[in-house]
Amino acid sequence: MPEPLIEARQVEKYYDQPSDNRIQVIAPLDLAVYPSEILTLLGPSGSGKSTLLRILTGLSPASAGQVLWHGSPVNGPCENVSIVFQSFALFPWLTVLENVEAPLKARGISPGARFARSLRMLDAVGLDGFESAYPKELSGGMKQRVGFARALVVEPEVLFMDEPFSSLDVLTAENLRSELLELWEDKKMPTRAVFIVTHNIEEAVLLGDRIVVLGKNPGRIRTDFRVDLPRPRDRKHPRFTRIVDYIYQVLTQPDTEHALPAAGPASTDTRPKYPMLPHARTGGVAGFLEILADHNGREDVYRLADMLSFEIDDLLPIVEAAALLGFAKVTEGDVEITPAGLEFAHADILRQKELFRNAALAHVALLKQIKSSLESKSDHTLPDDFFHDILDEHFTEEETVRQLETAINWGRYAELFDHDSERKRFFLPEETPGEPPNVEVGTET
Amino acid sequence: MTVPGLSRSLIPDRTWNFLMDAMVFAFLFAIVYAIVAVARYWFSAPVAAVEISLSPTAIPRYAFYSLVRMIVAYILSLAFAVGYGYIAAYNQRVEAGMLAVLDILQSIPVLSFLPGVMLAMVSLFPTRQLGVEFGSILLIFTGQVWNMAFSFYASLKALPRELMEASRVYRFGAAQRFLQLELPQGVIGLVWNSMVSVAGGWFFLMACEMFVLGKRDFRLPGLGSYLQSAASAGDTAAIIWGVAAMIGVVVLIDQLVWRPAIAWSDKFKLEQVESSAAHSSAVLNLLRKSPLLARLRGGITTPLMERIYLSAAHRPAEAKSGPSNWQKAFVAVAGLTALLLILHGVFQGLLLLKGVTAAELVTTLESAGATWLRVIAALAIASAWTIPVGVAIGFNPRLARIAQPLAQIAASVPATALFPVLLLGLISLGGGLNTGSILLMLLGTQWYILFNVIAGAIAIPSEFREVSEIFHFGRIERWRTVILPAIFPYLVTGLVTASGGAWNASIVAEYFHFKGQVLSTFGLGAEISSATDSGNFALLLLSTIVMATLVVSVNRLVWRPLYRRAETRYRMEA
Repeated sequence: MPEPLIEARQVEKYYDQPSDNRIQVIAPLDLAVYPSEILTLLGPSGSGKSTLLRILTGLSPASAGQVLWHGSPVNGPCENVSIVFQSFALFPWLTVLENVEAPLKARGISPGARFARSLRMLDAVGLDGFESAYPKELSGGMKQRVGFARALVVEPEVLFMDEPFSSLDVLTAENLRSELLELWEDKKMPTRAVFIVTHNIEEAVLLGDRIVVLGKNPGRIRTDFRVDLPRPRDRKHPRFTRIVDYIYQVLTQPDTEHALPAAGPASTDTRPKYPMLPHARTGGVAGFLEILADHNGREDVYRLADMLSFEIDDLLPIVEAAALLGFAKVTEGDVEITPAGLEFAHADILRQKELFRNAALAHVALLKQIKSSLESKSDHTLPDDFFHDILDEHFTEEETVRQLETAINWGRYAELFDHDSERKRFFLPEETPGEPPNVEVGTET
Repeated sequence: MTVPGLSRSLIPDRTWNFLMDAMVFAFLFAIVYAIVAVARYWFSAPVAAVEISLSPTAIPRYAFYSLVRMIVAYILSLAFAVGYGYIAAYNQRVEAGMLAVLDILQSIPVLSFLPGVMLAMVSLFPTRQLGVEFGSILLIFTGQVWNMAFSFYASLKALPRELMEASRVYRFGAAQRFLQLELPQGVIGLVWNSMVSVAGGWFFLMACEMFVLGKRDFRLPGLGSYLQSAASAGDTAAIIWGVAAMIGVVVLIDQLVWRPAIAWSDKFKLEQVESSAAHSSAVLNLLRKSPLLARLRGGITTPLMERIYLSAAHRPAEAKSGPSNWQKAFVAVAGLTALLLILHGVFQGLLLLKGVTAAELVTTLESAGATWLRVIAALAIASAWTIPVGVAIGFNPRLARIAQPLAQIAASVPATALFPVLLLGLISLGGGLNTGSILLMLLGTQWYILFNVIAGAIAIPSEFREVSEIFHFGRIERWRTVILPAIFPYLVTGLVTASGGAWNASIVAEYFHFKGQVLSTFGLGAEISSATDSGNFALLLLSTIVMATLVVSVNRLVWRPLYRRAETRYRMEA
């Protein structure tokens, strides 16, 4: 093994809470980036992959552990890295040329040299003729080319990319990916390694020499393996699909560790976690179960994702929700519908709500907790803050808000409780006798 | 070799640019002369109360002096706003405190700063006109700086995270980060707030150029004092000349400075997609074409900027060593000194307040009530006409094209300048200052509401209006379910600004020197003005505290909840 360029040793990220509980975003992990590899870091949302990128580049400090750059510890942004951002992060008030020149200016390079180097880079990414345009005049793909040029013009040793293609349309993304590979293969960029964060499995397999998959809650390395498919890679190649399938297996099976050797010791925190609601809409779950029922009740997750042209961030929460409610089971990368799920899929709208309500009360701790708390109050109402404070102990602020949003969505659908967003209160719906005859009220009693 | 046809077509372009160059050159020359003239005047021996000539021929000179005061005050405001906003945005430890200070300071009317500022400045430069001049400039400064500071702070806070990260990962130095990231981000907010601030400066110009402080009479040569003197003397012709001059200057500045500034600031919009409605300014286009300016840029500005970047490049913004012990000690000492000064001030203030009698306290509170009622009346009247008119303009693009520029010119005219004229009318009609002051508040603040309502009405999606047509909504239903909720956030913004403006305006609206006598009505503004006039510092302090408390608590208790409601329930979302 050659000397790593960047190495993370027992790096972790957590937020301290007022109580001794702390919110672990990334569990202690080891990860090294080696010369002449494209490393793709893959993970569902909430696995801390962007956070890990920021720790490795020195943009944000790790809570514990160490990041080494050529063997010496890093404090503050690394000397010689670049980042290509998901949102491009171009300065809208600077022209294309000025945007690319900005990092050179920061290094005190003279105007002449700056101009020449920037033009050369703009040429390389196919932007000659656009020097004096402003970013807002360019299409998304063109903007990201400027992002590439700006990143490469400083000749970074490691090029970091934070979901660089995810705000582009499919065709543009495909085009830029192959151009990136071309620059890399032809050694047109002076970069020694590329580190790409993505949530698109196919993209990871298309680009990566090495793939690291993160699990979530807290973020940890689930698997880390090399891909030795020759480039350009063919999506239809059996080995390609096998790798994609394998990654789906890893991602959909939360509790077992997988067979492929990991780079570092897979140290995971096994404390019991507060059960987390997957962020799926109830309508999505219902639609998913109906499709699954149409496919004889069993289907490969990868095939489903492909068929629905979903990315994992769209599909995984739905699969998790169905599994949590006991409507589906996940085995070896396949989803299988349960008898309860089948009944749900074939029921009419009102019956579906009832089945959902029963399943939610039986399996979903947070919904149960909200309902019983509301029932125990004489006026059947509680402020958001009450539940916010409970969840706060276990999740980051952002995640707490999302958990409550999902809980409200599910609770309303199941008619377990309702929520007043203006007064920020949960309350139990009251059956008002004065209203016109309502079927839902009838079925409930 | 030139093609004859082509070269001919180039001729007009060339002459035009030469003309432009000549104008730019003349402009630069005039500035140099102006600086010399002002410097000579400032460093002359102090004359606290110059005789103000009411002859129209004196007006250009007075307008010039007023303009210089406004410009210096504005430059000071800009520097202060940027510095204050910067420190507040980047230092979490002091952030909350600095914002609270800003909130309170902006609720204190200009005249309440007067005694402190004037006495300090005059004692600082006892032998030069500079002292009195600087006092006046600082007064104008206190009237315009706070919202600019708020604006810059808010822009810094709204910087997108990835842009910040890009500037860090590409190792921008402090200078480059400021020039390429932070300042551009703040430009739009600063330009719009500068317009509001400078308009406020014109509004209070009369109060800032001519005032009585106890036994001392301060009168500085300027447009404000010209108008004030004309009003005191009851010289109708002079009043009209003065008003015309002021309107002329304001409109000219609007066309020559603010319109180009707005058009220029369009490029700092933080949007990734080009919007269709761009501002344009003929003056800006001309300036962009001037070869002389281009040469100035190439020869002076650009190399200078290079030097700044180069010297800053070697010192990255983040020297991760942390503050040294020296710095820590300095901060501690400075903090302690500030604390002691504040404590001393509070103590002295309390001592001063001991002199206030119970009767004075009751009167102050009662007068606060009276002013409050006037503010409410002004807001109600303003809303009553601006909402229907604003919605009509917003719904009708053709009307908007005619009405908006007119309204903008009308809004830029400082209401105080019109006040003498209005008073003449009111007195001949037999009305008093009690209703007159409401009228003045109205004149100064209704525009904020009007412009916001127009913006809100324009922003209503046409689908909403189609829905109300398809379902045959009646007039009342249409207003209740579509128009009012849709313009609500804009209306609240307008009302907040108008309310603050009305409170501040009360100090000039309720108390006025006219035809050799003082016209005043019962109110907090009159209280503050007369306390300044008579040098009753205890009463001035008391009434200032009452006003600041009132304004801040109305903001907290009324406007902030409404704002929050506007942002949650009435926000347009796709």
